[in-house]
Amino acid sequence: MKLHKTAASAAVILALAATAACGGKEGSAGDKSNDTDEKSLPTYKAAEDVTVDSPVLKNAQKRGKIVIGAKADQPYLGFQDQSTKKYSGFDIEIAKMVAADLGFSAKQITFKTVDSGAREQAVRKGDVDLMIGTYTINDERKKQIDFAGPYYHAGAALLVREDESGIEGPDSVKGKKVCSIVGSTPLQEIKKPKYGGKITELAKYSDCVKQLIDGQVDAVTTDDAILKGYAADNPKKLKVLSKTFTDEPYGVGLKKGDKALQKAVADALKAHEDNGDYEKAYDATLGKSGSKFVEPPTITEK
Amino acid sequence: MSGSVLYDAPGPRARARNLVLSVVGGLLIVGLVALVAYRLYDKGQFDGAMWDIFNYAGIRENILDGLAATLKVFAMAAALSLVMAVVLCMGRLSDHKPVRWLATGFIELFRSVPLLITIFALWVGIVDAILPVEVNIEPMWALVFGLAIYNSCVQAEVLRAGINAVPTGQREAAYAIGMRKTQVTASILMPQAVRSMMPTIISQLVVTLKDTSLGYIILYPELLQTARLIASNTQVNGDYPYVPTVIVIGTLYIVLCLALSGLANWIERRGRRAKTGIAPTEAKVPEQTGALP
Amino acid sequence: MNVLLDNLDLFREGFVGTVSLTAGSAALAVVLGLIIAGFRVSPVPPLRLFGTVWVTLLRNTPLTLLFLVAFFVVPQVLFPGIDSYLLAVVALGMYTSSYIAEALRSGINTVPLGQAEAARSIGMTFTQTLRIVVLPQATRTALPPLSSFLIALTKNSAIAGAFNNVDLFNIQKVLSNEGYNILVIFIWITIGYLIVTFSISALFRTLERRLEVAR
Repeated sequence: MKLHKTAASAAVILALAATAACGGKEGSAGDKSNDTDEKSLPTYKAAEDVTVDSPVLKNAQKRGKIVIGAKADQPYLGFQDQSTKKYSGFDIEIAKMVAADLGFSAKQITFKTVDSGAREQAVRKGDVDLMIGTYTINDERKKQIDFAGPYYHAGAALLVREDESGIEGPDSVKGKKVCSIVGSTPLQEIKKPKYGGKITELAKYSDCVKQLIDGQVDAVTTDDAILKGYAADNPKKLKVLSKTFTDEPYGVGLKKGDKALQKAVADALKAHEDNGDYEKAYDATLGKSGSKFVEPPTITEK
Repeated sequence: MSGSVLYDAPGPRARARNLVLSVVGGLLIVGLVALVAYRLYDKGQFDGAMWDIFNYAGIRENILDGLAATLKVFAMAAALSLVMAVVLCMGRLSDHKPVRWLATGFIELFRSVPLLITIFALWVGIVDAILPVEVNIEPMWALVFGLAIYNSCVQAEVLRAGINAVPTGQREAAYAIGMRKTQVTASILMPQAVRSMMPTIISQLVVTLKDTSLGYIILYPELLQTARLIASNTQVNGDYPYVPTVIVIGTLYIVLCLALSGLANWIERRGRRAKTGIAPTEAKVPEQTGALP
Repeated sequence: MNVLLDNLDLFREGFVGTVSLTAGSAALAVVLGLIIAGFRVSPVPPLRLFGTVWVTLLRNTPLTLLFLVAFFVVPQVLFPGIDSYLLAVVALGMYTSSYIAEALRSGINTVPLGQAEAARSIGMTFTQTLRIVVLPQATRTALPPLSSFLIALTKNSAIAGAFNNVDLFNIQKVLSNEGYNILVIFIWITIGYLIVTFSISALFRTLERRLEVAR
């Protein structure tokens, strides 16, 4: 008898789930997001007849889609709405600009969520054609892949609760619990004796933010651009301490040795920085989290 | 022994006492649940808007995708682990010493390493460190292989226990009519072992199903990871909907596991009805193997 | 570059972390398991129901989900700022208690009927029957499964390492970041776990021998 009951309830639930998939409300669940100002986003015209001597790009042209790796849990930068599956944010706009100059319209971009730890591997194996997701250019990574950029300059900062008074900057975290993701560079920095923070390593920044709100950790550290997004999403709960203590130049990750693609991406970035798209995109995304616009850094990896 | 052997049929005083205890115990439990419910309510977790997110087609699709991913990994890991279990079990009962040692070593090693460590090691590229070739293992395969390796060791021990439980007469009779060892194992021992151990094998499959949730830690988008993304990427009234998501996803897991254990119980009961010799053992987590919730 | 000697402090910290997580949650699991097993055979229906619900729910929920609840829901709803060691011990302890309760219950079922009947006939109450006559004998049969569940608990404690607890699993992540050969790291971590699990089985073998009686 017991089996019949369980089987019956299982059947009911599965049936519910199955019908559920067909129905349901469209649109975005939860609070109406104000991360992206859709109306003031610039539009990018896809270039035609692009010929770049790059195997990766030729492959993409053959399939008619370009696969771009992005982050999914960073508001204002790279964020995926779980009910519409749409990506939004500054990195996503950068991706659209670059793709347009490579001959792909916004509709021809397939975004793929790649988490921090898996980025080099995804690029090396060709899972993604380009990786655009708060991707800091550094020497360790340059051994494995190439970058184009930088297109933005971030720096590690601290996110704390609104009512926090004990932590004023990286110099006052001694003995406090500081959270970041596994293997992140700011975390390695903050645990050095100079700062002396007690570190907590979790898998995702959003986990750290949740723990911070619940009072389980005292601060979250990573790039200021990422932190400002979380602070803007949780007003009256969180604030960013603006003093930065590392340099994080963001670049576009691509397969090692693909010089032609690297140059094409760098040229695309430069062109959109010059024609004002970059600033417009910034104001409509990251700018809304409260970071003022700064001139884009000089492109060194090209 | 049923509970009733432990106490006398209650007389009037015991009945009264039990009633009082029932009421007090019941109230305590209800009170505890009410306290938690109140705290949840107080934090706005029962707000209609919090639960409204599940009315969106996109969220439902996400949950279904997560469920499909979980079931996919479970199916592959389960099939692989059973095949490997048969091989390992044969190896352990082999007449050749090196084969026996190899199988025993494999089983003992991977049974004592935490499953999470096995999965994580596969994920971060232990294969690269052992073999000279570069192999990139995706989270999904790390999860499937990790689960398969670990559970095959447990299932192999279950099968071995089943084979040892087959009456010796069966084996002797088979040898007496001139069957070779492979034939004896394949056509006499294994079928009976599988039959008698079926409930235990299925209970271990429930464990396998539950352990697919370790994909959460290596960021494989299975059901639990999906739950985390939904909860952390949606805001309702300025709060993250962890509680509703956990309740919905938890229910899904419990229903899946109950359905599987229900299957184990059903087979056990059917087996008891049949009169073909070996009766299935009671469904339980294979204790004798040092295994593993 | 010797991974173990270079990082002896870190390894010690991780090992102590794993041992204390295991010890803490084992203690909680055994106590809860005893109580729940008692509930499940008790004459009071609500307690029996509670025991059944407890065991069914916890045995069919993935441990990772329990950890998710412990780390992201409990602090928000009940205790903000609670220590993560405590959360891990509660999650592991509750999960394992459901298995221990079941092991004890099947242990109780193997005690010959006459024992309980004799106890009752000399006028013992339910709690006395359970405490003085049945449970001591049930414990003896329940020891081997108990030992496997505690070994499983040791291994499951690795999940706590992924949720902000310092243990062997956690230090493995730290060492990987520092660029040591991961094969060597994993070998040492595995040895660490083996030490704990072998100690548990040795302890239980001794216990079994001590409690052995001719039946």
